[in-house]
Amino acid sequence: MTDSKEALDRGDSRLRRDEGLSGALRGFFDRVRSGDLGMLPVVVGLVVISTVFSTLNPVFLAPNNLVNLLFDAATVGFISLGIVCVLMLGQIDLSVGSMSGLASAMLGVLWVNFGLPLPAAIAAALGAGALVGLAYGVLLNRFGMPSFVSTLSGLLALLGLQLYILGPTGSINLPYSSALVRFGQIYVMPDWLSYTLAVLPGVALVVLGLRTMARRQAANLSTPGLSVLLVKAALLTAALVFAVWYLNLGRGVPWMFGLFVALVLAMNYALTRTKWGRSMFAVGGNSEAARRSGINVRRVNVSAFVLCSTLAALGGILSAARLASSSQQAGTGDVNLNAIAAAVIGGTSLFGGRGSAFSALLGILVIQAISNGLTLLNLSSSLRYMITGGVLAIAVIVDSLARQSRVSHGRA
Amino acid sequence: MIPDLPARGEPILRLRGVSKQFGAVSALADIDLDIHAGEVVALVGDNGAGKSTLVKVLAGVHQPTAGTVEFCGRPVTLDSPSTALELGIATVFQDLALCENLDVVANLFLGHELAPWRLDEVAMEVRAWTLLRELAARIPSVREPVASLSGGQRQTVAIARSLLLDPRIIMLDEPTAALGVAQTAEVLNLIERVRDRGLGVIIISHNMEDVRAVADRIVVLRLGRNNGIFTADTSNHELVAAITGATENSVSRRQARKQEVRE
Repeated sequence: MTDSKEALDRGDSRLRRDEGLSGALRGFFDRVRSGDLGMLPVVVGLVVISTVFSTLNPVFLAPNNLVNLLFDAATVGFISLGIVCVLMLGQIDLSVGSMSGLASAMLGVLWVNFGLPLPAAIAAALGAGALVGLAYGVLLNRFGMPSFVSTLSGLLALLGLQLYILGPTGSINLPYSSALVRFGQIYVMPDWLSYTLAVLPGVALVVLGLRTMARRQAANLSTPGLSVLLVKAALLTAALVFAVWYLNLGRGVPWMFGLFVALVLAMNYALTRTKWGRSMFAVGGNSEAARRSGINVRRVNVSAFVLCSTLAALGGILSAARLASSSQQAGTGDVNLNAIAAAVIGGTSLFGGRGSAFSALLGILVIQAISNGLTLLNLSSSLRYMITGGVLAIAVIVDSLARQSRVSHGRA
Repeated sequence: MIPDLPARGEPILRLRGVSKQFGAVSALADIDLDIHAGEVVALVGDNGAGKSTLVKVLAGVHQPTAGTVEFCGRPVTLDSPSTALELGIATVFQDLALCENLDVVANLFLGHELAPWRLDEVAMEVRAWTLLRELAARIPSVREPVASLSGGQRQTVAIARSLLLDPRIIMLDEPTAALGVAQTAEVLNLIERVRDRGLGVIIISHNMEDVRAVADRIVVLRLGRNNGIFTADTSNHELVAAITGATENSVSRRQARKQEVRE
C-alpha cells in the first residue's frame, strides 16, 4: 500500500498496520491467541478424527462412506442451524430432538395414513414447528420463562405428542419410490453441477471482494489487499474441488447436503448482512442495550425460536426421508445433544452474541464423523453415547476457556 | 417522525406532574420541567434524587406512573425506547448501553442500520469516522469490538451514537464521568455547538464546574421532587444547600472547618 493520502481509518499511530499476506497471518495468530478461535478447533478436530478412525478402519475415508456421512450430517445439520440462532441470543432449545421426531411422525401420519399430498404434509409439519417456536418466544417474552425450562418441558410434551399421533403401531414406513425418500437416500448431483458449485464460491469471493475493495478505496478506507483475497479464494476453491472430486469417486455430492449448504449460506447472509442479523448479535451481547437502541427485542426472540423449531421440523422430515420411516425412535437419543454440540464445536458461543451459520456446517461434520467412525468400529451405543458426551464436554470447556481469554484480551 | 424544531426559546419538552413509583418507593413525585430550544438544562441532585430515573422516563425505558409529557407542543406517550428515538429524543445513558461484542460501527448504527436488507458497511464506516472526528475522539479502529476500548473511548462512542439520528433534544447522563481533560472540554464544546444549532440539551453531572460552564438553567432534584431552579451564577453554597436540602450540611461544615484552620 503506497497511498499518498492517509486512509480514513489508518490515522491513528497506535494502530498496527496488518497489510498484505503477512499482515493477515499475523492478525490470525493474534486472534487465536486472544481466544478468538474461529474455525481452528474444527480443523484440528477433523484431522485428529480422520487420522484415528482411518488407522482403525480404512473404510472410514472411502468415498462412499463419506457420501453417506454427508447424507447423515445434513439431517442433523438443519437442526443445528436452528440451534445457532437461539444460542446467538444466549438462549437454548432443548426440545429440537423431540420437535424433529414430532415432525417426522406428522409426516408419516398425514402423508401415508391420511393420504394427504406430500407438500401439504410437509407444510403442516413445518407449520407445527413454527407454532412451537412461537410458543417458546411468547413464554420468554410474556412470562420471562427461561428457555432452558420452557424447552425442557417442550421436550417431554412434544415427545408425548409424537408417541400419541403414531399410535400403537409405533412406526410408519414411507414409500421407497417417493421423491422425498429418494431425496433423502439416493439423489446426488451430476458431476458437472457439483464441480461448478465447487468453483462458484471462490469466484464469488473474488468478485464481491473486488467490489468491496473498490468501494472502500473510493471512500478512502483501507483495504485488506488483493493478495489476501486471491490466496483465500484459491485455497477455498482447491479444497472444494478436491472434496467434490473425491466424493465423485463414490456416488457423488448428495442433493440433501447441497440444500443444507444453501440454507447455511442464506443464514450466513441473514446474520451478517441484514439488520435482523445485527439485532440478533446485539440482543445476544446485551439485550438491555439493544432495547434502548430501539430494537424490538421481543420480536427478535420470537424470530429466533420460530426459526429454530421450524428448522428442527425440517431436519425431522428429512431424517424420516433418510430412514424411509417415521418411528417412535425418531428424534430421541443423541439427536438433541448432537445438534447442540455441533453448533458449539463449530464456534457458536453458549453465552450468546457470538457465532456464525458456518458453525452448524463445520460442527456437524465433526460430530457426524465421530458418530460414523464409531459405528464403523462396531461399538455399542453405550460407548458411542459416552464418547459423544465427552466430546461435547470438551467443546464447552474450549468455549469457556476461549471466552475467558477473550475477556482478558478485551475482545468480549 | 421527528417533528420540526421549534423556534429558539420555544419549549421542546414540557413535563407536568410526572411521577414514577417502583413498588412502594416513589422515585419521582410531581416533577415539572421545561426544556426550550437552544437551551442547556443541568439536572443536579444527590445520589438517589431521581435524575437517572427522570432521564430513563424521557428515554422511554421506564413508563411514568402519572403526569404528562409534551414534545414540541404535542402530548406524547413514551412507551418504548424506539418511540423516544423516533421522536428525536436521544440519550447517553450512564451505563452507556453499548454491545461489547459488536464493533464501533455496529454500535453507532444499532437499530438504525443503513440499508436493512443489505447493510451498507462502507457508508456506515465513513459516517462513523466523520462523526468521531467531529468529537475529536481518539479511537484507533472502528472495526474492533467495543470490549477492547477504554472507558473514555466507550463514552465517546455513546455520545457519538446519540448525535447520529439528528435528534431534537439530547440527554446526557454523567457524560464526562470517565473522560480525560481534553475529551471533557470537547464534550462541553460539543454541548455548546448542539445548543447553538437550536437543540435542547439535558445534562446530568456531579461536577459543578462543568455544570456552571455550560448550563443556562440548573434544575435541582431532591428525593424525587423539584427543589428549585437556578442560573449558572448562583453561588456554590446555595446550590449545595438546595441539593442537600439544608444550609447546614456536610459540605458547609467542611468548608467552615477549612476556613477556621486558615484563620
